[in-house]
Amino acid sequence: MLDKTDVEKIAWLARLSVSEEDIPNYCRDLSNILGLVEQMDKVDTGQVSPLAHPLELGARLRPDVVTETNQRDHFQDIAPAVESGHYLVPKVIE
Amino acid sequence: MYNKTLAELSQALQQRDTSSEELTGMYLQRCRQFMDKLNCFVTLTEEHAMAQARAADKKIQAGKAGPLTGIPMVHKDIFCTNGIKTSCGSRMLDNFIAPYDATVVRQLDDAGMVMLGKTNMDEFAMGSSNETSYYGPVLNPWDPDRVPGGSSGGSAAVVAARLTPMATGTDTGGSIRQPASLCGITGLKPTYGRVSRYGMIAFASSLDQGGPMTRTAEDAALVLNAMAGFDEHDSTSANEPVEDYTSQLENPLEGLKIGLPVEYFDERLNPDISRIIHDGIAELKKLGASIHEINLPSSKLSIPVYYVVAPAECSSNLARYDGVRFGYRCDDPRDLNDLYCRSRGEGFGREVKRRVLIGTYVLSAGYYDAYYLKAQKIRRLIRNEFQQALKEVDVIIGPTAPGTAFKLNELIDDPINMYLSDIYTVSINLAGLPAISVPAGMLNGLPVGMQIIGDYFSEARLLNVAHRFQQATDWHQHQPAEYK
Amino acid sequence: MAWETIIGLEIHAQLATQSKIFSGAATAYGAEANTQACAVDLGLPGVLPVLNKEAVRMAIMFGLAINAEIPSRSVFARKNYFYPDLPKGYQISQYELPIVSRGSIDITLGNGETKTIGVTRAHLEEDAGKSVHEGFGNLTGIDLNRAGTPLIEIVSEPDMRSAKEAVAYMKKIHAIVTYLGICDGNMQEGSFRCDANVSVRPRGEKKFGTRTELKNLNSFRFVEAAINYEVERQIDVIESGGKVIQETRLYDANKNETRSMRSKEEANDYRYFPDPDLLPIEIEKKIINEIKQSLPELPDAMKRRFIEEYHLSEYDADNLTAGPALALFFETTVQHSGGEPKLSANWVMGEVAAALNRENKDYNQSPIKGEMLGGLIKRIKDNTISSNIAKEVFTAMWNGEGSADEIIEKKGLKQVTDSDAIEKMVDEVIAESPQQVEQYKNSPPEKQGKLIGFFVGQIMKKSKGKANPKQVNELLKNKLAD
Repeated sequence: MLDKTDVEKIAWLARLSVSEEDIPNYCRDLSNILGLVEQMDKVDTGQVSPLAHPLELGARLRPDVVTETNQRDHFQDIAPAVESGHYLVPKVIE
Repeated sequence: MYNKTLAELSQALQQRDTSSEELTGMYLQRCRQFMDKLNCFVTLTEEHAMAQARAADKKIQAGKAGPLTGIPMVHKDIFCTNGIKTSCGSRMLDNFIAPYDATVVRQLDDAGMVMLGKTNMDEFAMGSSNETSYYGPVLNPWDPDRVPGGSSGGSAAVVAARLTPMATGTDTGGSIRQPASLCGITGLKPTYGRVSRYGMIAFASSLDQGGPMTRTAEDAALVLNAMAGFDEHDSTSANEPVEDYTSQLENPLEGLKIGLPVEYFDERLNPDISRIIHDGIAELKKLGASIHEINLPSSKLSIPVYYVVAPAECSSNLARYDGVRFGYRCDDPRDLNDLYCRSRGEGFGREVKRRVLIGTYVLSAGYYDAYYLKAQKIRRLIRNEFQQALKEVDVIIGPTAPGTAFKLNELIDDPINMYLSDIYTVSINLAGLPAISVPAGMLNGLPVGMQIIGDYFSEARLLNVAHRFQQATDWHQHQPAEYK
Repeated sequence: MAWETIIGLEIHAQLATQSKIFSGAATAYGAEANTQACAVDLGLPGVLPVLNKEAVRMAIMFGLAINAEIPSRSVFARKNYFYPDLPKGYQISQYELPIVSRGSIDITLGNGETKTIGVTRAHLEEDAGKSVHEGFGNLTGIDLNRAGTPLIEIVSEPDMRSAKEAVAYMKKIHAIVTYLGICDGNMQEGSFRCDANVSVRPRGEKKFGTRTELKNLNSFRFVEAAINYEVERQIDVIESGGKVIQETRLYDANKNETRSMRSKEEANDYRYFPDPDLLPIEIEKKIINEIKQSLPELPDAMKRRFIEEYHLSEYDADNLTAGPALALFFETTVQHSGGEPKLSANWVMGEVAAALNRENKDYNQSPIKGEMLGGLIKRIKDNTISSNIAKEVFTAMWNGEGSADEIIEKKGLKQVTDSDAIEKMVDEVIAESPQQVEQYKNSPPEKQGKLIGFFVGQIMKKSKGKANPKQVNELLKNKLAD
């Protein structure tokens, strides 16, 4: 069901590099999973509203209070690349 | 000593028959002895444990101890531990030293428990065999050729091998209950929202729930007392009062109505497993329970629904692993997209990638309604059927897993059949209900678990039924020979 | 061919909360990079969002101010895309069920007519961080202090037909959010930003043309310039046989042109779905009513009141209600002016506006407060000083030399209204200028008016500007006619 183009397209959306030799495996596995999933078509859900959350509760809101202090050094200890407090990435072209 | 339950150890500590330092030293010794054989730990935190043990002993001496003070335990490596590696079983987080504590970690620390280490698990909790871990599979203490189940396989194996009396686990589609079943221990998945998810690395946010993995239901009740509760850092945390989960353990089971879903006991169920579960039910009947047939027709679709909802949420939850602020970053990225694609492509394993891809697909333009929305609608049907049934019965009982522990590599290249090992567990996550797996028999030398499902926030009742069952049976006392 | 322009705006207004929309980190502007980015803002593994109550209240205030419906239930959704300033790989926003549904506002057009512009929706969302392109060699630096700052995105209907209308709409929204106190409105700091969707179609055509989205419009002036440039560009493209491509274009203020943003061109598929970490916002009618009761006076109501109460023109009232600081400044001035609204309006929009503009300040930063300006106007009105001298006093006040009365006293600027003294000066000037007197007397009456200016000038010079010009004129005319 899913071909190479489909897999490449979703891999790009998900920003996942997938090697050329792996693509047939993904085509097969993902197609099988979708085949399994398509059992859902048997059920008529016309009148049913979707359930996004098991407990259908309303949001709890927090008061507008600053509770966090500066932990930049602690957080940036685990960063792959930082300079003068900034996280570094390859040049972003706008 | 290592063969004592948590409740027994608690008593021994209170009576000063032993000290936390002594217990911790003893368990650490066992951990060191067996960890390579089982491949059950990602990190052993010996110094940290000894420091906690000494602090616990001071508390005990000062008469400030609670029932969990000084008791050794382990965390699944999905819970963030400040200053300690938190890998989630992934190359992506192999270098990740969490900069904060998960709420559950803090709660158990506050209760005085002693963390011995962090257990191996399926990568990002995606798997039912523990074979998707970057650190290799955990082996089943009952048979080294077999898997311990997953994704909390390391935690299940550690408790089964008596390397600790208790481990934390997380359950998104069965990840506490299925390994508990396959390793012959007790595993409780609480009601969605009962235990805080803050600091528990997310797989599928509307399904994930942490819980205790122990030898007995009584132990699970003791630990749940400390783990359960409202957390202001988790919007989905339930603002329901926390009971003393030990208070109802001894209640009699007279009048208990047990529902048996016809769908769980159909021709697809292995007859040996069926027999074991029916034997278990017969025990409960002897204790005064009555049996009622119920119908959960939509639960047959729980695997398809789950394999839409869980991957959809995971595809988004795992987007933060981009090589920028933490975690794995590929070498010499050519440009920004190369940084993203290769960091993620190299940092994630095959099963995670499969699920991220499926999730991306079912949410993408043109497919959302047919997959995601459809799944959420059937999810409502599944939940409604459970709610209907639980108006008529107190608990629902069935198998935890379709079989005993399977062989390593048996299913790893067959995702569909791997997914089917969660056929009896995922519907409970979709509905958000609590459920417990207790050892209920042995089949060819391997343990078999029985699953007891209850209504929302009925953990006390589930633990009561499980505890009574364990008083009447000794399956939970069976232990793998090599670890005696 | 005659073309019609179609414009819709998406305005992002940062809400003036203390803490972020989903975390307890501070929102203050200008902190050192990443010092206000907490674990939640960084999207660390395991963190979860918890919604800020104040952000919800502010969004509801906006909805009520534009007469929109506030649905009893609204839902946060994840907008999934990868970008370095977006730490989680998704933005928490709202999609199908926004907090504010359809509303509208009125704008005043150049000809004084009123036009209603529809607001499709306004939704709550989190802001992204910032990419810093300078100072990191061939790399880009990421500062996530802004990540998680609460925003409302206000989406208009495609109801505007010119750049001027778009600016009027944007100014009105700006006035509303600043009056409500839910946004500081600072466009330079990015608290109030705008994207414009622009298309053209032949006049009379019903179908919309292909639109482009213009980004980076961080001043009212740029909005106007960018739309005008883009309209011309689109017409040129079509008239030369081409087709407008649906794309995002960046406005370059230095070159006054728009250019295609290739990086944003890739087919975006945001895969929106309800955020499973957040439960739906449920809003009771009671809360809505409470918020409604607490709303301050809004620009339209204030404008009507200014016209009625102060008898100002529509034009003056419109200008004076463009922002809350300006309106407050004006009203304070009037209160202290001894009942001179028109003169107050002229001074506020004239001298004060010019002086503030020179120093790039807002009305609430003015060194001369409304009370002080009112005191000055009072002295013009009671003839203590002339309008010309008032300007001198104003400058001194601006420089912090004291109140109007103090300066008038200190510098001896009090107008001379003593007719004996004025008469003395008039006599002196006439005596000193026989030639000009001769010329005046020999001129026809229609030319005399011009010639009298010479004498007035001489007298004002003598009095150092303090002689009452009206008295001088009258006396001169009488004396010269003798």
